[in-house]
Amino acid sequence: MDWLFFGEISLAGLAMGGLYALIALGFVMIYKATRVINFAIGEIMMFAAYLFLAFAGGMELSAWIALPLAVIGGSILGGVIEKTMIRPMLGESPISVVMVTIGIASILVGLVEFVWTADPQLLPNFLPREPVFIGPLYLAPKIAYGFLIGAALLIVYLLYFRFSRGGVALRATASDQAAAYSMGINVRRVFNLAWVFGSLAASLAGVLVAATGGLSPQFGIIGLSVLVVVIVGGLDSILGALVAGVFIGWLETVAGAYLGGEYRMPATFVVLAVILVIRPYGLFGTHEIERV
Amino acid sequence: MRIGDAKQTYEADEAIWTSNTQKLWFGLLLLILLLFPFMADSYLLYLGCLVGIAVISTTGLNILTGFTGLISLGQAGFMGVGAYTVAWLSLNTGLPFPVTLLLAGLMAAAVGILVGLPSLRVKGLYLAIATLAASVFLHFIFAEWESVTGGMGGLSLEPAHLFGWTFQSDFRMYFIIVPLAVLMVFAARNVLRTRVGRAFIAIRDRDISAEILGINLLRYKLMSFALSSFYAGVAGGLFAYFYRVVTPESFPLSMSIFYLAAVIVGGMGNLLGGILGAAFMTLVPEALKLLTAALTPFYPNAPVFMSPMLEIIFGALIVGFLIFEPHGLAEIWHRIRRFFRLWPFRN
Repeated sequence: MDWLFFGEISLAGLAMGGLYALIALGFVMIYKATRVINFAIGEIMMFAAYLFLAFAGGMELSAWIALPLAVIGGSILGGVIEKTMIRPMLGESPISVVMVTIGIASILVGLVEFVWTADPQLLPNFLPREPVFIGPLYLAPKIAYGFLIGAALLIVYLLYFRFSRGGVALRATASDQAAAYSMGINVRRVFNLAWVFGSLAASLAGVLVAATGGLSPQFGIIGLSVLVVVIVGGLDSILGALVAGVFIGWLETVAGAYLGGEYRMPATFVVLAVILVIRPYGLFGTHEIERV
Repeated sequence: MRIGDAKQTYEADEAIWTSNTQKLWFGLLLLILLLFPFMADSYLLYLGCLVGIAVISTTGLNILTGFTGLISLGQAGFMGVGAYTVAWLSLNTGLPFPVTLLLAGLMAAAVGILVGLPSLRVKGLYLAIATLAASVFLHFIFAEWESVTGGMGGLSLEPAHLFGWTFQSDFRMYFIIVPLAVLMVFAARNVLRTRVGRAFIAIRDRDISAEILGINLLRYKLMSFALSSFYAGVAGGLFAYFYRVVTPESFPLSMSIFYLAAVIVGGMGNLLGGILGAAFMTLVPEALKLLTAALTPFYPNAPVFMSPMLEIIFGALIVGFLIFEPHGLAEIWHRIRRFFRLWPFRN
């Protein structure tokens, strides 16, 4: 076995996993606050990446202006989706709400194809190009810098959750909605903010992933990998999202390198199936006790 | 309120036919279905076959999702199992189509039971994701198990045959597909008014309460999975005979979503809704194709926008029905019937 090769693949996988962790964090935020499983998260990422393409490629803005604009665009999209399509579904069965997000995903794919056609696109390169070496291990620069930007946002988020007023309101709403209401927390606003911030994380990750792997209307498939991450980690666990994100990213890349690209999805879904059988609520999720 | 609708026995309450008028209308419908292929052109015939296949699969999914409350993203995978079973049997054994279709259904049912096993431990969305995992594995098997499934190239098969007849044309396939669809919807209607069907509905309404009432959850959930995948398997088998080529890409995840959408647009937990939804969702893309063809002389690049428009309309239909008409087309249908029953009065 070639340990150097294994090390390089693992490193690339772990960096990819960092981005998965960021997306999963966005997913978990939305789930914790509003109990909505967002099947459209991959499409929100895709939408933001296309916005970046429009700003940086079409309008030739500097990438460092285009990136925040695209991310803000993606967050606004999240907020609009919540206000117009998720809020009317409040109190409906979870199946219906999930189907609404699947419908939203389809609408977004259609919109993107409408504007940018179905052809694959390349994002303008905005990350430094010098190869990165960690010890003897080579890491593609796009992946390395993508990981750094993603990790920075991740840390900001974790601090925000822990210390800010908004973060406390979010955690309070997640743990007990009625109590949060009676303490004067504006729960509706928290719902909306959760969607905005969740989509923000997804949008940034979307631009970074698209910068390394290219962009097409099928980009949203990545949402399936994220789904695996959050189920393995536990739908309502931030720690779970981080650990499982890194692990699934690593596993996917290693399986892809050693077994071939067609094994990427089955490999992660095997982990998913095992977790569903042993610990259905995920590695770090809360085991909910149901009463009649 | 309908006059003369008071029921005095349980038999009367559960009867499929409550009036002679109903029988008359149903007879009329059967007559139309019988005469349709003799009047229709080849395009309408093709659509008729497609709708028939979709009705069978949607009815199956409706039993699972609409009546038992178990959401499944594996319907396309189960259809694939049925299609590959038919393709393999017709290539390797040459059995006539009733046998291959039955085996396709049973094979899919067996896979369905396997996939349904986690349903005792996980439910709701976790179950949906378990079925999603199953469909990923099934797609992988279809693509990689080359000695049986022919890999990415897939399998091409002979037309369906029985007693020396071959069913090569759409016209002949229609006489397999549509009678089978009518039969299977009828079977579903009957199952759902038995003990088993009532157990399904009890599980949907509240599974813990159902268990306390003495319903064996594992048994009935697996039964629902088996029944639903049996329908999917038969539909997949018909799909294989209809197109006579089966590839892994014939059964993508989007197809599972299509059937869920058909159930929702039609009306969850309503067999009539399943039928309406299947027909509606199959015909919307075709209507759009016709519209595009009509617009092309005026806007030459209309065809370019057709596929994105289709995606948008598909999504908007799902979202729109869930928000504005959660009981689906079936509810609209009932409203129309109520209007005529009360006419000339408004309420």
